[in-house]
Amino acid sequence: MSTDNDLQTTQYLCIGCPLGCRLEVDEDPAGDIVEIRGFSCRKGKTFAEREHTDPRRMITTTVGVTGGLWARLPVHATEEMPKHQMWDVIDLLRTVSVTAPVAMGDVVVAGILGSEVDVVASRDMPAADPAA
Amino acid sequence: MMSITNLQDQYDVVVVGAGPGGMAAALAALRTGVDSVLMVDREVEPGGILNQCIHNGFGLHHFGEELTGPEYAQRFLTDLLDHHIDIATDCYVLDVTPDRLVTLMSPSVGVRQVLAGAVVLAMGARERTRGAIRIPGRRPSGVMTAGLAQKFVNQMGLLPGRRAVILGSGDIGLIMARRMTLEGVEVPGVFEIMPHANGLTRNIVQCLHDFDIPLHLSTTVVEIHGRDRVEKVTVAPVDERLQPDLSRARTIKCDTLLASIGLIPENELSQKLGLRIDPTTAGPVVSSTMETSRDGVFAAGNVVHIHDLVDFVSQEALLAGENAARYVTGRRPPADNIKLNAGTNVASVVPHTISSDREHTVYLRVRHPLEKSWLRLGEVYEKRLRYVVPAEMVSLKVRPRFLEHFHGDSLTIDIVPRDEPGREEM
Amino acid sequence: MKDVTIIGGGVIGCAIARELTRYRLDVLLVESEVEVGFGTSKSNSGIIHGGHHTEPGTLKGELAWAGNQRWVRLAQELGFGFRRNGDLTVAFDESDVEVLERIALQGRERDIPGVEIWGPERIRLEEPNLNQDIIAAVDGPTAGVVNPYEACFALIECAVANGLELRVNAPVTAIEQGADGLLVHAGGDEIPTRFVINAAGVHAEKVARMVGLLEPSIRGRKGEEYLLDKRLAGIVQRTIFPCPTPNSKGILVIPTFDGTIMVGPTAQAVEDLDDVTTTAVGAASTFDLARRLVPGISERDCIAEFAGVRAVAADNDFVIGPTSVAGFFNAAGIQSPGLTAAPAIAELLVTMLGDAGLDLSPRPEFRRTMPRPVHAASISIGELTELAERDRDFARVVCRCELVTEAEIHDAIRRGARTLDGLKFRTRAGMGRCQGGFCTPRCMQLLAADADGGMSDITKRGDGSWLVLDRGDLRGEEVPA
Repeated sequence: MSTDNDLQTTQYLCIGCPLGCRLEVDEDPAGDIVEIRGFSCRKGKTFAEREHTDPRRMITTTVGVTGGLWARLPVHATEEMPKHQMWDVIDLLRTVSVTAPVAMGDVVVAGILGSEVDVVASRDMPAADPAA
Repeated sequence: MMSITNLQDQYDVVVVGAGPGGMAAALAALRTGVDSVLMVDREVEPGGILNQCIHNGFGLHHFGEELTGPEYAQRFLTDLLDHHIDIATDCYVLDVTPDRLVTLMSPSVGVRQVLAGAVVLAMGARERTRGAIRIPGRRPSGVMTAGLAQKFVNQMGLLPGRRAVILGSGDIGLIMARRMTLEGVEVPGVFEIMPHANGLTRNIVQCLHDFDIPLHLSTTVVEIHGRDRVEKVTVAPVDERLQPDLSRARTIKCDTLLASIGLIPENELSQKLGLRIDPTTAGPVVSSTMETSRDGVFAAGNVVHIHDLVDFVSQEALLAGENAARYVTGRRPPADNIKLNAGTNVASVVPHTISSDREHTVYLRVRHPLEKSWLRLGEVYEKRLRYVVPAEMVSLKVRPRFLEHFHGDSLTIDIVPRDEPGREEM
Repeated sequence: MKDVTIIGGGVIGCAIARELTRYRLDVLLVESEVEVGFGTSKSNSGIIHGGHHTEPGTLKGELAWAGNQRWVRLAQELGFGFRRNGDLTVAFDESDVEVLERIALQGRERDIPGVEIWGPERIRLEEPNLNQDIIAAVDGPTAGVVNPYEACFALIECAVANGLELRVNAPVTAIEQGADGLLVHAGGDEIPTRFVINAAGVHAEKVARMVGLLEPSIRGRKGEEYLLDKRLAGIVQRTIFPCPTPNSKGILVIPTFDGTIMVGPTAQAVEDLDDVTTTAVGAASTFDLARRLVPGISERDCIAEFAGVRAVAADNDFVIGPTSVAGFFNAAGIQSPGLTAAPAIAELLVTMLGDAGLDLSPRPEFRRTMPRPVHAASISIGELTELAERDRDFARVVCRCELVTEAEIHDAIRRGARTLDGLKFRTRAGMGRCQGGFCTPRCMQLLAADADGGMSDITKRGDGSWLVLDRGDLRGEEVPA
């Protein structure tokens, strides 16, 4: 971040296409966006705006599973969540363990961190074959 | 879980591999109207590498929504199980002969031979290893491919180490940088010998920038240290000829080195079959129906050429499966009549031949990044490309109308800078 | 009280151990690594030299030809692979041809069968992929190839079956004079013994110093080797030697027993006797020199590389026999052609021990043969089908690049494999193109199941070379599975 005439400039790398435009967002002291530069398409401008005001990420990780084909069950949040909440979600999920069998879409944690977002299983997890 | 014991002696179509390519090929074959399909995989369950790719970003092209790898795999599997199909997991294909006698082995059926009306090869790819790039130094434990680390972390619940340097900026390496960080493994940096990143920009931002993991371009690992376990690595910047400048070398403490330095088509069976191999893709030469140089042997997915998106693997494999079924039922489309050649700044072209009577999707890889360029298909067609990099496949729809007035038998595809004046589109 | 304690489980120590178990003796072998053959032996080129390359008047020269003739039988008895593929030493100009004539003469003087000089036509016919500028070559049909680590395992397994006591992870820290012999401190134990054989490879000087000897002095000479993809299998049939110079045998192109091509070894003096690093310079020069012999060879096909340190004694010859310390024998300075000579070295040492008063009464129950391990990759589909009918583990593939089945992994563990490298060197699992990318987890699981341990207990090659951590190792809050 750099300051110039009381404006704060933040840089982003656009993820819209392989071009990877270097985007710059100027913000005034009141926290309003004054100018967005560096984009070469509308998608880039929208991305910069969103990334500056409300960055969100799809969280995917694993939780423990007992008696399953594998030791870990992949899970994901049903919606993108605020980026700043990522570590809280991850730390919480690290303490979670479920028991096989599990079906894809089963809710592993409902309303995580008091949000409307559930964390669900990304796949079926059959019970381990006792013979294997 | 899915290993069958009542294997038939004969199948219309045998699909080797149950990853995204194999599943799509099997599904398309069934939908095209063959009666019996066998899909074989070495792993304990279908899905291939998607099962360990727990991140999202799959399926935008194919399903129109963003899915995680396991979800993408399971959607295909669910569709497949709507049909009658034999799936043999934990099953290894030992041999396929030119007359399509398939020798396979699995604990549930022993060593068996089945006769296939058509075969689809969908074995995917393997990762390049440390040995392939001859990283100097010692050979301690803790040097592994990013994909192996991914399996340890995402499926087996094990961690590859405490502090991992990543060599290569391929997508698997970037994804693993984030995964390991989330699991408490420190990632001091990603090192890429090329002057440009090899993974998607989205992964650079969401896997590296989000976690303040530095990406060092034009830098590589020049020595591995440690007698028993990795203790540190030496990294150095490289010049334009990719030669390291050892005077600017520095060491980084770590106990793990993950290599994410590219994929190679898994072509043991293709070689046994004596298929013609394209040295630029390291996969078989294929026609527009994804048929190889052997009659009735088709191939699709990473075994043909390395894809960047699984959606394209599925598309290609649907085509292969459909044509395998058409081969068996005697409803083959007209044979190809035009050869495609890789021209200026084009490393590879798949398929290698097309037919002028129908539309084709042609996949290309460029050799060097270009900002503004023309893609030219011989003299018959050109289009503007915005930005091309070797890491991302370029796809081109070749429509019959482009070829209405073309009477030759081969077309060369070039991707050239746009500062030279373009011709009018014909 | 041990009759004989062998220090070092390289191919020399293993060969001596097996030879000594023919007699009514109490024999111990102590090895500092976790398995035998894990030092210089596993990094060996695997060539059984034809016998015509070594100069007359050296111990090396005598023992190489004597050793060569014993490998066929040894391989048959112990069930490891040996192939007499022959070698070819090539000349690019007239001065090289003079050297070749001398080599051929050495062969004739030792009565080695078949050594002859070929002209260009014969060379093109037999080895069409050699450089077309080669004008002459010495054919050495007696040369062969083995997998050196397989030889070590087979020798030691046979010796153990015949009563040898093997202690691994037991580095020797001191040797004292005992009441009626020597006292060896190894792996925390004190072992009284009548005779000690110093077969400690690059560390033989250190071991000799423990009894106060100033000789032998051992210098290290590192050799780097580069293993190429199976794609090139068959590019040469014979081991290809360049014309030797006074300093070096040069870089060879070796068709290994398994059919892959290997190029090397370099020869570089090293201070650090454990310096098994490969180097960019070594790789570049190896490929340049190998390409001069066989132009089709390329770095692009490299799948793995490794290095070993040769133990070189002061006069460049082997140092074998008794010393001024009663009961202390050397089998030291065993550099090339040490692998070739190993069976002959073992016999020579046993004779010397007999001369020194060791009672060599034969054990009639000596078991000379060991079952040949099954390798799915080298049997027919029919044979594999039959095996799989009896044992379904033969139908479960663990290593896809080298076609290794779970039954072979179980067998290797039964035979003593305790580490991932131990499995690899016994079965070839992880030795192919993907270098363990696919089979490592399953190999680890099978090792862990055998040891009733966890995955994090499994090592690549012993203490300190752990492979994975449990999740709880990094974060305390792990939920028990």
